[in-house]
Amino acid sequence: MSDHEYTPKSKFGKWFNDRLPLLTLANHLTDYPTPKNLNYWWTFGGILTFCLITQIVTGLVLAMHYIAHADMAFDSVEHIMRDVNYGWLIRYIHANGASMFFLAVYIHIFRSLFYGSYKAPREIIWIIGIIIYLLMMAAAFLGYVLPWGQMSFWGATVITNLFSAIPLVGEGIVTWLWGGYSVDNPTLTRFFTLHYLIPFLILGLVVLHIWALHVPGNNNPVGIDIKKPSKDTVPFHPYIVIKDGFALLMFMIVFAFFVFYTPNILGHADNYIEANPLVTPAHIVPEWYLLPFYAILRSVPDKLLGVVAMLSAILILAALPWLDTSKIRSAVFRPLYRQFYWILVADVLILGYVGAMPAEGLYLLVARVATAYYFLHFLVILPVLGWKEKTLPIPLSITEPILGGSPNLATAKNKESLNK
Amino acid sequence: MKNFFKIFSFIILFSGLSFSTQAAEKVEYLKTDWSFKGLFGKFDRAALQRGYQVYTEVCSSCHSMKYLSYRNLAEKGGPEFSIEQAKAIAASFEVKDGPNSDGDMFTRPGRLSDKFVMPYDNVQAAQAANGGAYPPDMSVLVKARGGGVDYIYSLLQGYEDPPAGVTLDDGVYYNKYMYGNKIKMANQLSDGLLEYSDGTTASVEQMSKDVTTFLMWSAEPHLESRHRMGFKAIVYLIILTILVYFSMKRIWSRIETEV
Repeated sequence: MSDHEYTPKSKFGKWFNDRLPLLTLANHLTDYPTPKNLNYWWTFGGILTFCLITQIVTGLVLAMHYIAHADMAFDSVEHIMRDVNYGWLIRYIHANGASMFFLAVYIHIFRSLFYGSYKAPREIIWIIGIIIYLLMMAAAFLGYVLPWGQMSFWGATVITNLFSAIPLVGEGIVTWLWGGYSVDNPTLTRFFTLHYLIPFLILGLVVLHIWALHVPGNNNPVGIDIKKPSKDTVPFHPYIVIKDGFALLMFMIVFAFFVFYTPNILGHADNYIEANPLVTPAHIVPEWYLLPFYAILRSVPDKLLGVVAMLSAILILAALPWLDTSKIRSAVFRPLYRQFYWILVADVLILGYVGAMPAEGLYLLVARVATAYYFLHFLVILPVLGWKEKTLPIPLSITEPILGGSPNLATAKNKESLNK
Repeated sequence: MKNFFKIFSFIILFSGLSFSTQAAEKVEYLKTDWSFKGLFGKFDRAALQRGYQVYTEVCSSCHSMKYLSYRNLAEKGGPEFSIEQAKAIAASFEVKDGPNSDGDMFTRPGRLSDKFVMPYDNVQAAQAANGGAYPPDMSVLVKARGGGVDYIYSLLQGYEDPPAGVTLDDGVYYNKYMYGNKIKMANQLSDGLLEYSDGTTASVEQMSKDVTTFLMWSAEPHLESRHRMGFKAIVYLIILTILVYFSMKRIWSRIETEV
C-alpha cells in the first residue's frame, strides 16, 4: 500500500490528493492485484461487509422505534411489527440478518482453515478476525435480549451467571453486570447501549482487517506466494468486484427467502412470550450459531472449568498460526490434514446439534467426546501433523500448471480439482 | 488410511443424524390446508371474519388480544370488514376512558382507534377467575408456540377422556396435544355452538380452523404484503443475478481463467 505511486490527472485532484490522498486510496483499491484463481469461498469477505452494513442500517431504523424498558420493550417490538411502515420488513431483515452474518462468517473461517490463510505472513489479519468474531457473538447475544421475550430474559440470566464462576469476585461481577440483583431494567438499558456500540467497533476492526490484508495480499487456493502484479493476478476492479457481486446476489436470494417466507424459523417460539421472571422455559437454548460453544460449556461438569473450556475453544483459534506447524498453507497439498479438516467440520456440527439437545444421557456423552476431540485437533493433531505429514509437491506459480503444463502430473491434477 | 478417515467422519455424521430422528418422536398434529402458506399464500377473508366471530363469542371472555385495535379489522390484508362494520363492532364494546375534566373515569362506546377491550383488568384478576392459570394473550400466540397454527388447530380438537391411570385435579383437563397433556382450559368448542352470520355450519373442525386463521392474521397482520413483496424481490434478484452472471463471464473472458 505504501509503495503505491499515483498522480491524479486533474489539477484539483492533484491539489486535493497532495493534502489528503483519498484518490490514491481509491486507486489502490481498484488496482489491488488479486490472485486470479480465487474460488467462490473467497467471496464471503465481501458478503460479510454487506451483512455488517445491513445490520447497522436496519439497526439504526429499529432503534428509532424501539424502547429499551423492561415494561415496554416487548410492546415496542410489536409496535414495530404492526404499525411502523415496513417495520416488519426492517425487523425481519435485522433478525435474520444476524443468522446470515454468522452463516457467512463460519464459511469465511472454515475457508481460512482449509486454505491455511491464517499462516505467516497473515497472522495479524487472522487475529483481528477472531476479535471481530468474538465481538459479533457479544453483539448477537446482547441483541437477542432486547425484544425482552422469555428466551431473551432467560438467555441473559444464564449467560451473565457464567461470570459467577469466577472465584471470589464472581458474584460481585454478576451484580455489577446486572445493575441489580437480577436481570431487570438496568440490565436491558445497558445491553441496548452496548448492542449499539459494538457494531461500530466491528466496523473499525473490519477496516484494520482489510488494511492488514492489503499488505501481503490475498492467500489463494494453491496457497503459494505470488508476485504482484503479475500474470497470476487480476486488478480488483472489475474482475473481483463483479465476481463478489454475483456471489452476493446469490447469497441475497437465500437471505430474502428467509426474510419473506420463513422469518421466524431460525428464532425460538418462546421469544414471542413476554419475559416473565417467575416462569422458567422448559429448555433454555441460545441461537443456533452459539450452540457448539454452549455444548462445550455444558459438557464440563464443573461450572468454572466449563466456562474456561468454552472461552478456550474460541481463544485457541488465535494461537492457530503457531499451533499449525506445517509450512504448506493449502489443504490441497496436505492429504492428511484434509481428512482431519473434514473431521473437525463434522465435530463442530455434532457439537452444534448436541448443544440444542438436553444435556443428559447419550447427548452428554457425545458432547464430551466431541469437546475432547475439538481440543485434540488443535493441540495435538495440528502440531504433530506439521512434522509428520508427507505433503504433495506445490506448483511454482498459479499459471504454471495451466499454461506450459506442469512437469509434475500430480500438481496439474490438483490444479484441475481446484478449478472445479 | 484415507478411506478410514472418510468412513470415520461418515459414521460420526450418520450417528448425529440418527439422534435427530430419535429426538423427533413428538406428537403428530392434525393437518389441514392453510390458505396462507406457500409463495402466494393469502388469508381466506371469510374464514378471518368467521374466526373473529369465534374469538369474540367464545375466546374473548378469557383471552385478551392487546396488540389489536378495532381499526385493524378493516385494514387491507385482514378480515377486511367495511369501515362501517368495524365502527359498529367497536361501538358494541364499552371502553373505559378518562379522566375527564372533572377528574372522573367514564365509559364510552369503543372507536376504531381503541385497542381490543381486555376481559380482565390485570393478570391477577385473570388468574383468580381461572383457577390460577393465566389465559395467555392471543395476539402473537401462534408464533409463541412451537407447532404454530397446526398446534393450535389440533389443541382445540384434542380433548379426550384421560387414559386409564391418569388422574386429573379439579379444573384440569386432558388434551392429547398439550405439552404434558394437562390443560387448565376446558373444551370450549362443540358442534353448533354458535351460528355463523354467513351460514356456514359451525362444526368443531370448522370453528377451530377459522379461529386459528384469525390468530395467524393477528400474529402476522402483514403476511400478505410480505408474501407479495417477497415474490417480487426474489424474482428481481434472480433476474439481476443472471444478468450479472453473464457480465461476469464476459469480463473474465479477457483472461484465460475460468470463473
